[in-house]
Amino acid sequence: MGERASLGWQLIRGYAVLVYLFMFLPVMVVVVLSFNASQFGSFPMTGFSFRWFVALWENEAILRAFRTSIVLGLLTSAISTTVGVLASLALVRYRVPGANMISTILIAPILVPEVVLAVALLLFLNFLGVNKSFALLLFGHVIFTLPFVILVVQARLIAIRRDIEEAAMSLGASPAQTFFQITLPLMLPAVLAGALFAFTISFDDITGTLFWKPGGVETVPTQIFAMLRNSISPEINALGTVMIFMTVGLPLLGLAIARQFARKSGG
Amino acid sequence: MSVEAREKRQPWILLSPALTAITLLLFIPLLFIFVYSFWLRTATGADEIGFYLDNWREALTDAFYRDILLHTFKVAAITTVVCAMMGYPAAYFIARSKGNKPLLLLMLMLPFWISYIIRTMSWINILGVSGALNTFLLWIGVINEPIQMLYNEATVILGLVHFLLPFMVLNVFVSVDGIDETLEDAANSLGATRWQAFVQVTLPLSLPGLAAGGLLCFVLGAGTYITPLVLGGTSDAMFANLVFEAIITQLNWPLGSALSLMLLVVLGALVMIYNRYLGMAQLMKGLG
Repeated sequence: MGERASLGWQLIRGYAVLVYLFMFLPVMVVVVLSFNASQFGSFPMTGFSFRWFVALWENEAILRAFRTSIVLGLLTSAISTTVGVLASLALVRYRVPGANMISTILIAPILVPEVVLAVALLLFLNFLGVNKSFALLLFGHVIFTLPFVILVVQARLIAIRRDIEEAAMSLGASPAQTFFQITLPLMLPAVLAGALFAFTISFDDITGTLFWKPGGVETVPTQIFAMLRNSISPEINALGTVMIFMTVGLPLLGLAIARQFARKSGG
Repeated sequence: MSVEAREKRQPWILLSPALTAITLLLFIPLLFIFVYSFWLRTATGADEIGFYLDNWREALTDAFYRDILLHTFKVAAITTVVCAMMGYPAAYFIARSKGNKPLLLLMLMLPFWISYIIRTMSWINILGVSGALNTFLLWIGVINEPIQMLYNEATVILGLVHFLLPFMVLNVFVSVDGIDETLEDAANSLGATRWQAFVQVTLPLSLPGLAAGGLLCFVLGAGTYITPLVLGGTSDAMFANLVFEAIITQLNWPLGSALSLMLLVVLGALVMIYNRYLGMAQLMKGLG
């Protein structure tokens, strides 16, 4: 198309490139600085070094934060995905009276500002005798990842054709057999996508976590936050680089797996 | 039990864990802090159960809270406008690009996956006293001393824009991508310039997406307390910072309850108005 070469389009493209740069440059600077040999976490670069990654590996507080984040993320993901997949199945597979109302209720945790959700949960569970604890963190992470899981899983479930299940049933499979041998394998990409989404959101959360975490327990984001209060050390950049590779790498991996599944099932 | 009756019960069985979780962990806690906001934190540090209006009187009439609420709106509004101005052209470019659209979109969404705290603190590397910009300016000789560019309202907005821009881009993209491109061609063939075609055809049709993106940016921006803590100065506290202060630092939970409910009501009203005129469907398209 001739118009694509027009001045207007060129301007839009140039502008878009600037927006991309705006999004990526700061992150790239973090990655570059994490390999800085200088003992200060800033410019100028004095050489290439892995020393800050080694320092990271030897920092017991950071390793502990990583373990906490991973355990919390995995548990959150397991619970949220199980609960979310069941709810999505109900909404996609059945005619539920008041489905719109139910959908709104299910996504309510996104519509409430996270700070308010954090306060409400903290105060209520404290009233019930649940102090700031790992359990409170887990409850909190489950409740605000749940809507995202439901949205993602629902979007993918709609794409699965129902007649395959009906075919299995008509060939004599029981409902349970049909679910485990037909529906579940077909749903697997949706389930994995939901699980991954929940894990990433949980792993990244700080807003609610700062309210819920007991003293002395840190997740990776709250650990970074605590370290920022002193000064920006090169270790933070190294930690940032690890986080960037984890949070960007995992979804990309998930996407690749989903593609692979889609290809296998001929979709 | 008949087959129909089972068909009818099954979805409710499937929904019950999610509905129970949301009731117990969201709706009841919200009701609870409503009740809590009428209790009183006494000088001894214990909460006195009762019906006291003191917290609400303080939250609603103290100029300190009002000013910070207004400041929060101002910051969120500027952030939203900047996100729209940066995000709309970028989303339009992706939607109308002849290249690999999913890849272009994915690239702009990638930062969305990168930790919020990392993205926020990354600006310290750029704008800090020994950051990239100061190093560069010193090197080319424009300045002799590093200048402190951080810890003000502008850097808070910058951090928020960097955090929220993907929400705007995604929503506008979904909207523009759904508009038939031949509509613009039709307008052109009827004598409109490309700019006129855009302003009179595409832009109005994409407003729902812009509104959805704007709502998300505003609500998420107005509810943050981490960005002002990391990139703001002492006078850049936003309303959520007051909530955090009251709950975590001062341990005045009744007052904190009243303040959080204020935030919920104000931002909830915005969501309601949006829902009334545009419906939730558009928002879900952008989130899902």
